[in-house]
Amino acid sequence: MTEAIVEVKGIGKTYDNGVEALRDVNLSFPKGQLSTLLGPSGCGKTTLLKIIAGLIPRNAGEVLVKGKPVEGPGAERAFVFQDFALLPWADVLRNVAFGLELRGTPRPEREEVARKYIAEVGLKGFEHRYPAQLSGGMRQRVGLARALTVDADIILMDEPFSSVDEQTRRKFQEDLLDLLRHHQKTVIFVTHSIEEAAYLSDQIALLSPRPGRVSKIVRPNVDHSRSPDEIRRDRGYLDTVDEIWGMLRQYV
Amino acid sequence: MKTLLSLVVWFVLWEIAGRLKLSTIVPPFSAVIEAGIEIAPTERFAKAAIITLRSFGLGMGLALAVGIPLGVVMARVKGVGRLLGMWVNIFVSAPISALVPILMAVVGIGETTVVVTVFLFAVFVITLDTQVGITHADRSLVEMARSFGASRRQLYSKVLLLSALPEILAGVRLGAIRGVKGVVIGQLLVAIIGVGELFEVYSNNFLMEEFWALVVIVFLFAFAVSEAIAALERRVEYYAASR
Repeated sequence: MTEAIVEVKGIGKTYDNGVEALRDVNLSFPKGQLSTLLGPSGCGKTTLLKIIAGLIPRNAGEVLVKGKPVEGPGAERAFVFQDFALLPWADVLRNVAFGLELRGTPRPEREEVARKYIAEVGLKGFEHRYPAQLSGGMRQRVGLARALTVDADIILMDEPFSSVDEQTRRKFQEDLLDLLRHHQKTVIFVTHSIEEAAYLSDQIALLSPRPGRVSKIVRPNVDHSRSPDEIRRDRGYLDTVDEIWGMLRQYV
Repeated sequence: MKTLLSLVVWFVLWEIAGRLKLSTIVPPFSAVIEAGIEIAPTERFAKAAIITLRSFGLGMGLALAVGIPLGVVMARVKGVGRLLGMWVNIFVSAPISALVPILMAVVGIGETTVVVTVFLFAVFVITLDTQVGITHADRSLVEMARSFGASRRQLYSKVLLLSALPEILAGVRLGAIRGVKGVVIGQLLVAIIGVGELFEVYSNNFLMEEFWALVVIVFLFAFAVSEAIAALERRVEYYAASR
């Protein structure tokens, strides 16, 4: 097994209102792979992702990135938000370059990098549009480009396709696989879609609800180098979907 | 076009009422306009206008300088919000004019009183709207900025204030409208400076044409200020609507 780039050990989280979201979560995320946190709503998967991102404090345990414990956000992790979180007053170019802008990268330089990634996510020509002028799928591409622009090794994605319609989602998933393979990113991905998890992931961590714990780790036997249509008819893919559904149905 | 038509109708009615001599305090509209043209170029009017504008400008400047930061702090620091929230809400609807006599006793009868009056009229609504804007700033934008390593200063300058801009501008517009009231009421009560003095002179000497002309001028000024800020608001509307 490849070395872990992110590890969480004994993570516990109880919200101020007394709800215990996570209890003793232990997971490791292999470098260069796409890992999914999958579970029914309310299982704390987004909470876990945001703890890894350093966006919300934990009550117990630690997060290790490249072997070192971390507190708070860091340059080696970039986040893609479920609701896109784009600045409505800034055009696509500025939104994509925003991470670099916050780091103080000079404007010509950051815009050059941003333009490159805007083209890579398929938004060339939309540099000067505003978020309100874009469809949901395009907005999420902006969010992805922004995360790629800061050149973080680890991309954290919180249900990035949940506000996107079905056709756009399929296309986007395929593009995502291409992009990530090309850039050798480690991805931690939150979803509640079994198909999405089985299709995209190298590793799936199934979380049980309230308090969220890791109930099982599944490594789908899917060859990601094959074409999307082949994967969707693949025996290993279909078996994985069935296996996960068999375990999740007790929670719903 | 509709507003223009409505104005014309009312001015015609005013003119008729004036010519019918229904009341001694309502001169015909045309006479008011004439009086306005007559007093506008006089040195006396220019002096009054300058003093009035200066009081208004100083009071508004203070209200912005205090109101916006205070609103931000109230939204971001829970304790301060709780401590001051009730008072700001009381003062935003309180009849501030009632305080002007006390102000005269404290800071004296003069321009300072008027400046403070303008400030008090304008500051609370600016504070309140800024607080609302910052409180309702998109939380995921704040999270996003933090995830990309934004410093505290960047969080305010690049996310929070811009995010709250529509509400802040609405507060500034309402504050400016109240500020115009404040400057007139302050000067009327102080009665020895600026436009307030002119109002006093005209009404005491029963110069109704001049009195109404001054009223029209003050109304136009308030309207122009409000419209100028509204134009600014429309420029940020494109993103306010998309939030």
